[in-house]
Amino acid sequence: MIEVINLVKHYGEHVGIQDITFNVDKGEVLGFLGPNGAGKTTTMRVLSCYMPPSSGIARICGFDVFEESLEVRKKVGYLPEHPPLYLDHTVMDYLMFVVEIKGVKKDKRRVFLDRAVEKCGLGEVKNRLIANLSKGYKQRVGIAQALIHEPEVLILDEPTIGLDPKQIIEIRELIRALGSDHTIILSTHILQEVTMLCKRVVIINRGRLVAADSREQLSSQAAGVTRVSFKLRKPPDGVADSIRALEGIKDVEDSGNGNFIVEMLQGKDTRELIASTIVKNGWGLLEMKPVSLSLEEIYVKLIA
Amino acid sequence: MRNVFYIMRKELKSYFTSPVAYVIGGIFLSIAGYFFYSILTFFSLLSLQYMQSPYMMNNLNLNEMLIRPLYGNMGVILLFIAPLLSMRIIAEEKKLGTIELLYTSPLRLSEIITGKFLAALSVFIIILIPTLEYPVVLLLGGNPDTGPLISTYIGLILLGAAFISIGLFTSSITENQMVAGVSAFGILLLLWVLGWAKQSVDPPYGDILGYLSLVEDHYENFLKGIIDTKDIIYYLSVVFFGLFLAQRVLESRRWR
Repeated sequence: MIEVINLVKHYGEHVGIQDITFNVDKGEVLGFLGPNGAGKTTTMRVLSCYMPPSSGIARICGFDVFEESLEVRKKVGYLPEHPPLYLDHTVMDYLMFVVEIKGVKKDKRRVFLDRAVEKCGLGEVKNRLIANLSKGYKQRVGIAQALIHEPEVLILDEPTIGLDPKQIIEIRELIRALGSDHTIILSTHILQEVTMLCKRVVIINRGRLVAADSREQLSSQAAGVTRVSFKLRKPPDGVADSIRALEGIKDVEDSGNGNFIVEMLQGKDTRELIASTIVKNGWGLLEMKPVSLSLEEIYVKLIA
Repeated sequence: MRNVFYIMRKELKSYFTSPVAYVIGGIFLSIAGYFFYSILTFFSLLSLQYMQSPYMMNNLNLNEMLIRPLYGNMGVILLFIAPLLSMRIIAEEKKLGTIELLYTSPLRLSEIITGKFLAALSVFIIILIPTLEYPVVLLLGGNPDTGPLISTYIGLILLGAAFISIGLFTSSITENQMVAGVSAFGILLLLWVLGWAKQSVDPPYGDILGYLSLVEDHYENFLKGIIDTKDIIYYLSVVFFGLFLAQRVLESRRWR
């Protein structure tokens, strides 16, 4: 659905993005992660045809963003970082204008408009001036603007920024619902959001691609160290030290109440050794399980 | 083509829901009204004095002594007002980021620019409508030539179109409305006074300056009642040139 091959964008001397390659399949929700200034917005702007790439290829639904830009623009809904709102319009006037310039056929406009108003919960404010709306409602008008022509692809640049917790949950629900019949690229730096919404993740840093894979794959790949947690019934003092002394152990963390987390060196599986040591000493092993890295930890590892 | 209309309608809505059009229109009309009043009273004073001598009476001409200076002055007001009308037109979209919506919608740059130009021009024409009362008053109280009145309005609209297209160009350069307005005013003023050097510069160059000037050889003709294709083409090419430059500027910004 979306193919990005060796995409490069320079701003004069400054490099915006360098050699970004990834693709998104139909119906997928892709999380786009990276610290501030990593090039998330640049990539999204190229994909939404706001500006052409310096080199490389980006295709959406088989259309090149540069060569067949007009076609691409009909198929993409884009929510920029700051929602592009005409403050002197009412919500209805604004959305009507958007639906017109997006090239929606005349007889479908009304239906599309009503559907977008309903999906984004704008019914109460539809006749008010956008300038008088709260930040949360403005953001929703922004989202309505992106999906009003029912595009195949949605590109959302930090859709939940500046919203209160309740609104964030609502917007997430909305994105999840949209995910069933749209292909979505979602940029954010709230990692929870990616965990909740996205199956696949792209991480970029300083304009370069750091990782592009499914979340599970990333967990196992990025985990240079595998970790195991165990719980003891009657841990004597110095358990942590004796475990640490075993071969292939990087570190042991005592988290209290008999819970321990062991980090193993890469490539070494010392679970058996740990278990037998515990049993031999009669510390009372209650449970033992592997710990997978959370997205946060992967992110910090990759970006650092 | 339809897209041009959508853009134009949206712009008109912005002009008339914000105070912009009302303030600009109000100021233009009050100053124009003052000019009309003062020139008219001067003219009636003059006609009272001229009544003493029949010879002088023959020199009294409503078109020459009232309509020409009145609409000449209106051109001057326009010089100040047009940059205010056009300065927001692209700069504001850049500032607010709404230009992202336009760029990522299936619109051609030429459609966006044409729509915006037509909207500003329509606002100007709407502002001009109340000034039609001056010729109506004159027709009721005297018998001016109607020909020059018609040509004057054609000239005024063409002059306004040229001013607005140059303003639209400066608005495309920057996201700061102030910069857009001041540069437009500077360019217009320079193009206006260019014609003043016509007499003092050596023959071929003087004529060139006169031709390039926005008013000298062109608007003056319309005021005299002459509709010359040369003048119409001059204004249309200024309009086209301004819009063309704006398009090039916006295109190049995207490439950087």
